[in-house]
Amino acid sequence: MSVTKEQVQERVVEALASFGPDADTITPSATFEELDIDSLDLVELAQIVEDEYGVVLKGEDMKELKTVGDVVELISTRAA
Amino acid sequence: MSEVSWPPAGCALVTGGSRGIGAAIAKQLAADGWAVGVNYRSQSAAAEQVVAEIEAAGGRALAIAADVTDPAAPSITFEAVEQHFGVPVLALVNNAGISRDNLSPSLTDDEWNAVIDTNLTAAFRFTRHALKAMMRARTGRIVNIASVVGLRANAGQSNYGAAKAGLIQFTRTAAVEVARRGVTINAVAPGWIETDMTADVNTDLLEAVPARRAGTPAEVAACVGFLVSQQASYVTGAVLSVDGGLGA
Repeated sequence: MSVTKEQVQERVVEALASFGPDADTITPSATFEELDIDSLDLVELAQIVEDEYGVVLKGEDMKELKTVGDVVELISTRAA
Repeated sequence: MSEVSWPPAGCALVTGGSRGIGAAIAKQLAADGWAVGVNYRSQSAAAEQVVAEIEAAGGRALAIAADVTDPAAPSITFEAVEQHFGVPVLALVNNAGISRDNLSPSLTDDEWNAVIDTNLTAAFRFTRHALKAMMRARTGRIVNIASVVGLRANAGQSNYGAAKAGLIQFTRTAAVEVARRGVTINAVAPGWIETDMTADVNTDLLEAVPARRAGTPAEVAACVGFLVSQQASYVTGAVLSVDGGLGA
Protein backbone atom coordinates (compact mmCIF):
# COMPACT_ATOMS: atom_id res chain seq x y z
CA MET A 1 0.00 0.00 0.00
CA SER A 2 1.59 3.28 -1.02
CA VAL A 3 0.99 6.28 1.15
CA THR A 4 2.23 9.79 0.66
CA LYS A 5 4.13 11.57 3.35
CA GLU A 6 1.35 14.15 3.42
CA GLN A 7 -1.23 11.46 4.18
CA VAL A 8 0.91 10.07 6.98
CA GLN A 9 1.47 13.56 8.39
CA GLU A 10 -2.27 14.25 8.37
CA ARG A 11 -3.06 10.98 10.16
CA VAL A 12 -0.33 11.44 12.76
CA VAL A 13 -1.47 14.99 13.51
CA GLU A 14 -5.05 13.75 13.84
CA ALA A 15 -4.01 10.99 16.23
CA LEU A 16 -1.81 13.26 18.34
CA ALA A 17 -4.58 15.88 18.53
CA SER A 18 -6.89 13.21 19.97
CA PHE A 19 -4.47 12.86 22.89
CA GLY A 20 -4.86 16.49 23.92
CA PRO A 21 -2.79 19.13 22.13
CA ASP A 22 -4.34 21.67 19.74
CA ALA A 23 -3.93 20.63 16.12
CA ASP A 24 -2.23 23.92 15.18
CA THR A 25 0.56 23.33 17.71
CA ILE A 26 1.38 19.97 16.11
CA THR A 27 4.02 21.00 13.59
CA PRO A 28 6.79 18.77 12.17
CA SER A 29 9.37 20.42 14.41
CA ALA A 30 7.27 20.23 17.57
CA THR A 31 8.70 17.86 20.17
CA PHE A 32 6.53 15.41 22.06
CA GLU A 33 7.71 17.04 25.25
CA GLU A 34 6.42 20.45 24.11
CA LEU A 35 3.10 18.87 23.16
CA ASP A 36 2.80 17.02 26.48
CA ILE A 37 2.67 13.71 24.63
CA ASP A 38 3.93 10.97 26.92
CA SER A 39 4.85 7.32 26.55
CA LEU A 40 1.26 6.07 26.86
CA ASP A 41 0.23 8.36 24.00
CA LEU A 42 3.12 7.06 21.90
CA VAL A 43 2.09 3.46 22.63
CA GLU A 44 -1.35 4.27 21.31
CA LEU A 45 0.13 6.07 18.29
CA ALA A 46 2.23 2.98 17.55
CA GLN A 47 -0.92 0.84 17.65
CA ILE A 48 -2.72 3.18 15.24
CA VAL A 49 0.29 3.19 12.91
CA GLU A 50 0.48 -0.60 12.95
CA ASP A 51 -3.26 -1.00 12.31
CA GLU A 52 -3.41 1.50 9.47
CA TYR A 53 -0.03 1.24 7.77
CA GLY A 54 1.21 -2.16 8.87
CA VAL A 55 4.32 -0.44 10.18
CA VAL A 56 5.56 -1.81 13.49
CA LEU A 57 7.18 0.71 15.83
CA LYS A 58 9.13 -1.04 18.55
CA GLY A 59 10.33 0.27 21.90
CA GLU A 60 13.80 1.05 20.56
CA ASP A 61 12.26 2.99 17.66
CA MET A 62 10.08 5.06 19.98
CA LYS A 63 13.06 6.13 22.08
CA GLU A 64 14.72 7.77 19.07
CA LEU A 65 11.63 9.75 18.11
CA LYS A 66 11.64 13.26 19.52
CA THR A 67 9.53 15.31 17.10
CA VAL A 68 6.37 14.90 15.09
CA GLY A 69 8.53 15.07 11.97
CA ASP A 70 10.64 12.12 13.20
CA VAL A 71 7.54 9.89 13.44
CA VAL A 72 6.18 10.94 10.04
CA GLU A 73 9.58 10.30 8.46
CA LEU A 74 9.95 6.85 10.01
CA ILE A 75 6.45 5.71 9.06
CA SER A 76 6.74 7.04 5.50
CA THR A 77 10.08 5.31 5.01
CA ARG A 78 8.86 1.98 6.37
CA ALA A 79 5.50 2.08 4.60
CA ALA A 80 7.16 2.61 1.22
CA MET B 1 -21.07 10.04 33.33
CA SER B 2 -24.65 8.84 33.40
CA GLU B 3 -25.22 9.68 29.72
CA VAL B 4 -22.93 6.82 28.73
CA SER B 5 -24.98 3.68 28.17
CA TRP B 6 -23.78 0.63 30.05
CA PRO B 7 -22.62 -1.93 29.14
CA PRO B 8 -20.80 0.04 26.43
CA ALA B 9 -20.57 -1.19 22.83
CA GLY B 10 -18.46 -4.17 23.77
CA CYS B 11 -18.54 -7.70 25.09
CA ALA B 12 -17.01 -9.50 28.04
CA LEU B 13 -14.57 -12.40 28.25
CA VAL B 14 -14.07 -14.62 31.28
CA THR B 15 -11.13 -17.02 31.27
CA GLY B 16 -11.72 -20.31 33.07
CA GLY B 17 -15.44 -19.69 32.92
CA SER B 18 -16.73 -23.25 32.78
CA ARG B 19 -16.84 -23.93 36.52
CA GLY B 20 -16.68 -22.50 40.01
CA ILE B 21 -15.97 -18.81 40.38
CA GLY B 22 -15.54 -18.30 36.63
CA ALA B 23 -18.96 -19.73 35.82
CA ALA B 24 -20.59 -17.56 38.47
CA ILE B 25 -18.81 -14.49 37.07
CA ALA B 26 -19.94 -15.26 33.53
CA LYS B 27 -23.55 -15.54 34.69
CA GLN B 28 -23.29 -12.33 36.72
CA LEU B 29 -21.95 -10.32 33.78
CA ALA B 30 -24.59 -11.77 31.46
CA ALA B 31 -27.28 -10.80 33.96
CA ASP B 32 -25.79 -7.30 33.97
CA GLY B 33 -26.32 -7.08 30.22
CA TRP B 34 -22.96 -8.16 28.79
CA ALA B 35 -22.55 -10.62 25.94
CA VAL B 36 -20.07 -13.05 27.49
CA GLY B 37 -17.31 -15.22 26.07
CA VAL B 38 -16.89 -18.25 28.36
CA ASN B 39 -13.37 -19.56 27.89
CA TYR B 40 -12.49 -23.07 29.00
CA ARG B 41 -9.53 -25.40 28.51
CA SER B 42 -11.07 -28.89 28.40
CA GLN B 43 -14.43 -28.90 30.19
CA SER B 44 -16.51 -28.27 27.08
CA ALA B 45 -19.70 -29.78 28.50
CA ALA B 46 -19.49 -27.59 31.59
CA ALA B 47 -18.79 -24.51 29.47
CA GLU B 48 -21.75 -25.24 27.20
CA GLN B 49 -23.88 -25.70 30.31
CA VAL B 50 -22.93 -22.20 31.47
CA VAL B 51 -23.80 -20.82 28.02
CA ALA B 52 -27.14 -22.67 28.08
CA GLU B 53 -28.01 -21.27 31.50
CA ILE B 54 -27.14 -17.75 30.42
CA GLU B 55 -29.24 -18.07 27.27
CA ALA B 56 -32.15 -19.59 29.17
CA ALA B 57 -32.13 -16.48 31.34
CA GLY B 58 -32.28 -14.26 28.26
CA GLY B 59 -28.58 -13.46 27.98
CA ARG B 60 -25.93 -13.98 25.31
CA ALA B 61 -22.88 -16.19 25.64
CA LEU B 62 -20.34 -18.17 23.64
CA ALA B 63 -18.05 -20.96 24.80
CA ILE B 64 -14.46 -20.72 23.50
CA ALA B 65 -11.80 -23.35 24.00
CA ALA B 66 -8.22 -22.22 24.61
CA ASP B 67 -5.47 -23.08 27.05
CA VAL B 68 -4.60 -19.71 28.56
CA THR B 69 -0.92 -20.67 28.80
CA ASP B 70 -0.76 -20.80 24.99
CA PRO B 71 0.77 -17.51 23.78
CA ALA B 72 -1.83 -17.52 21.00
CA ALA B 73 -4.72 -17.88 23.44
CA PRO B 74 -5.54 -14.15 23.65
CA SER B 75 -5.74 -13.85 19.86
CA ILE B 76 -7.81 -17.02 19.54
CA THR B 77 -10.32 -16.10 22.23
CA PHE B 78 -10.64 -12.41 21.42
CA GLU B 79 -11.11 -13.02 17.71
CA ALA B 80 -13.75 -15.68 18.31
CA VAL B 81 -15.73 -13.53 20.71
CA GLU B 82 -15.39 -10.30 18.74
CA GLN B 83 -16.43 -11.95 15.52
CA HIS B 84 -19.41 -13.66 17.14
CA PHE B 85 -20.76 -10.61 18.94
CA GLY B 86 -19.53 -8.00 16.47
CA VAL B 87 -18.05 -5.72 19.14
CA PRO B 88 -14.65 -5.50 20.86
CA VAL B 89 -13.95 -7.03 24.27
CA LEU B 90 -14.34 -4.17 26.74
CA ALA B 91 -14.59 -6.27 29.91
CA LEU B 92 -11.99 -8.93 30.70
CA VAL B 93 -11.93 -11.16 33.77
CA ASN B 94 -8.68 -13.06 34.23
CA ASN B 95 -10.02 -15.89 36.31
CA ALA B 96 -8.36 -19.04 34.97
CA GLY B 97 -6.15 -20.47 37.67
CA ILE B 98 -4.67 -23.72 38.97
CA SER B 99 -2.90 -24.81 42.10
CA ARG B 100 -0.09 -27.34 42.46
CA ASP B 101 0.55 -27.41 46.17
CA ASN B 102 3.81 -28.51 47.75
CA LEU B 103 6.18 -27.28 50.42
CA SER B 104 9.00 -25.19 48.99
CA PRO B 105 11.84 -27.66 49.66
CA SER B 106 9.95 -30.24 47.57
CA LEU B 107 8.27 -28.02 45.01
CA THR B 108 9.25 -29.07 41.48
CA ASP B 109 10.06 -26.80 38.54
CA ASP B 110 6.95 -28.07 36.75
CA GLU B 111 4.71 -27.27 39.72
CA TRP B 112 6.22 -23.81 39.98
CA ASN B 113 6.12 -23.01 36.27
CA ALA B 114 2.62 -24.33 35.64
CA VAL B 115 1.13 -22.16 38.38
CA ILE B 116 3.06 -19.03 37.37
CA ASP B 117 2.17 -19.52 33.68
CA THR B 118 -1.54 -20.06 34.22
CA ASN B 119 -2.19 -17.67 37.09
CA LEU B 120 0.14 -14.78 36.27
CA THR B 121 1.69 -14.87 32.80
CA ALA B 122 -1.61 -15.66 31.08
CA ALA B 123 -3.30 -12.76 32.86
CA PHE B 124 -0.54 -10.45 31.62
CA ARG B 125 -0.92 -11.65 28.03
CA PHE B 126 -4.70 -11.35 28.03
CA THR B 127 -4.49 -7.89 29.61
CA ARG B 128 -1.93 -6.71 27.07
CA HIS B 129 -4.18 -7.86 24.27
CA ALA B 130 -7.31 -6.31 25.76
CA LEU B 131 -5.80 -2.88 26.44
CA LYS B 132 -5.41 -2.02 22.78
CA ALA B 133 -9.12 -1.83 22.02
CA MET B 134 -10.03 -0.58 25.48
CA MET B 135 -7.62 2.37 25.24
CA ARG B 136 -8.93 3.25 21.80
CA ALA B 137 -12.52 3.03 23.05
CA ARG B 138 -11.58 5.20 26.07
CA THR B 139 -13.37 2.68 28.29
CA GLY B 140 -12.67 -0.77 29.67
CA ARG B 141 -12.86 -3.00 32.70
CA ILE B 142 -10.30 -5.62 33.65
CA VAL B 143 -10.71 -7.68 36.82
CA ASN B 144 -8.01 -10.09 37.90
CA ILE B 145 -9.01 -12.88 40.25
CA ALA B 146 -6.23 -13.05 42.82
CA SER B 147 -6.53 -14.68 46.25
CA VAL B 148 -6.16 -14.12 49.98
CA VAL B 149 -3.08 -16.32 49.51
CA GLY B 150 -1.54 -13.51 47.47
CA LEU B 151 -1.76 -11.29 50.54
CA ARG B 152 -1.18 -13.71 53.45
CA ALA B 153 1.12 -16.73 53.67
CA ASN B 154 -0.40 -20.17 53.32
CA ALA B 155 2.07 -23.02 53.80
CA GLY B 156 2.20 -25.34 50.82
CA GLN B 157 1.25 -22.64 48.35
CA SER B 158 4.42 -20.64 47.79
CA ASN B 159 3.96 -20.96 44.01
CA TYR B 160 0.27 -20.04 44.12
CA GLY B 161 0.96 -17.23 46.60
CA ALA B 162 3.78 -15.83 44.48
CA ALA B 163 1.64 -15.94 41.35
CA LYS B 164 -1.32 -14.25 43.06
CA ALA B 165 0.85 -11.62 44.74
CA GLY B 166 2.46 -10.99 41.38
CA LEU B 167 -0.99 -10.68 39.83
CA ILE B 168 -1.94 -8.08 42.44
CA GLN B 169 1.11 -5.92 41.75
CA PHE B 170 0.67 -6.32 38.00
CA THR B 171 -2.91 -5.14 38.49
CA ARG B 172 -1.86 -2.01 40.35
CA THR B 173 0.92 -1.08 37.93
CA ALA B 174 -1.07 -1.62 34.76
CA ALA B 175 -3.97 0.26 36.32
CA VAL B 176 -2.00 3.45 36.85
CA GLU B 177 -0.51 3.23 33.37
CA VAL B 178 -3.85 3.35 31.60
CA ALA B 179 -6.14 5.10 34.07
CA ARG B 180 -6.47 8.26 32.06
CA ARG B 181 -7.89 6.31 29.12
CA GLY B 182 -10.99 5.39 31.15
CA VAL B 183 -9.84 1.81 31.67
CA THR B 184 -9.98 0.42 35.19
CA ILE B 185 -8.00 -2.61 36.31
CA ASN B 186 -8.72 -4.15 39.71
CA ALA B 187 -8.22 -7.39 41.58
CA VAL B 188 -10.61 -9.45 43.65
CA ALA B 189 -9.00 -11.60 46.37
CA PRO B 190 -11.27 -14.47 47.35
CA GLY B 191 -10.66 -16.49 50.48
CA TRP B 192 -12.00 -20.02 50.86
CA ILE B 193 -14.77 -20.45 48.31
CA GLU B 194 -16.82 -23.62 47.75
CA THR B 195 -15.54 -24.93 44.41
CA ASP B 196 -13.79 -27.97 42.92
CA MET B 197 -10.46 -26.35 43.74
CA THR B 198 -11.17 -26.37 47.47
CA ALA B 199 -13.20 -29.58 47.65
CA ASP B 200 -10.34 -31.47 49.29
CA VAL B 201 -9.43 -28.71 51.71
CA ASN B 202 -9.51 -29.70 55.36
CA THR B 203 -12.60 -28.15 56.91
CA ASP B 204 -10.59 -27.41 60.09
CA LEU B 205 -9.10 -24.56 58.10
CA LEU B 206 -12.52 -22.93 57.99
CA GLU B 207 -12.30 -22.38 61.74
CA ALA B 208 -9.63 -19.79 61.00
CA VAL B 209 -12.14 -17.87 58.91
CA PRO B 210 -13.81 -15.20 61.05
CA ALA B 211 -17.09 -15.74 59.21
CA ARG B 212 -16.79 -19.48 60.08
CA ARG B 213 -17.83 -20.61 56.63
CA ALA B 214 -16.60 -20.82 53.07
CA GLY B 215 -17.83 -18.24 50.63
CA THR B 216 -19.84 -19.03 47.50
CA PRO B 217 -18.89 -18.36 43.88
CA ALA B 218 -21.88 -16.01 43.65
CA GLU B 219 -20.46 -13.88 46.48
CA VAL B 220 -17.22 -13.47 44.52
CA ALA B 221 -19.10 -12.84 41.27
CA ALA B 222 -21.05 -10.02 42.91
CA CYS B 223 -17.77 -8.24 43.65
CA VAL B 224 -16.62 -8.67 40.07
CA GLY B 225 -19.98 -7.40 38.87
CA PHE B 226 -19.54 -4.25 40.90
CA LEU B 227 -16.02 -3.58 39.61
CA VAL B 228 -17.18 -4.06 36.02
CA SER B 229 -20.16 -1.75 36.53
CA GLN B 230 -20.37 1.85 35.44
CA GLN B 231 -20.64 2.90 39.10
CA ALA B 232 -17.10 1.63 39.76
CA SER B 233 -15.59 4.03 37.21
CA TYR B 234 -13.34 5.71 39.82
CA VAL B 235 -12.08 2.43 41.32
CA THR B 236 -8.79 1.32 39.82
CA GLY B 237 -5.65 -0.39 41.08
CA ALA B 238 -7.68 -1.70 44.01
CA VAL B 239 -7.80 -5.13 45.62
CA LEU B 240 -11.22 -6.15 46.88
CA SER B 241 -10.97 -8.98 49.37
CA VAL B 242 -13.94 -11.32 49.61
CA ASP B 243 -12.77 -13.72 52.28
CA GLY B 244 -15.05 -13.58 55.32
CA GLY B 245 -12.38 -11.60 57.16
CA LEU B 246 -9.59 -14.15 56.69
CA GLY B 247 -7.04 -11.70 55.35
CA ALA B 248 -7.92 -8.78 57.60
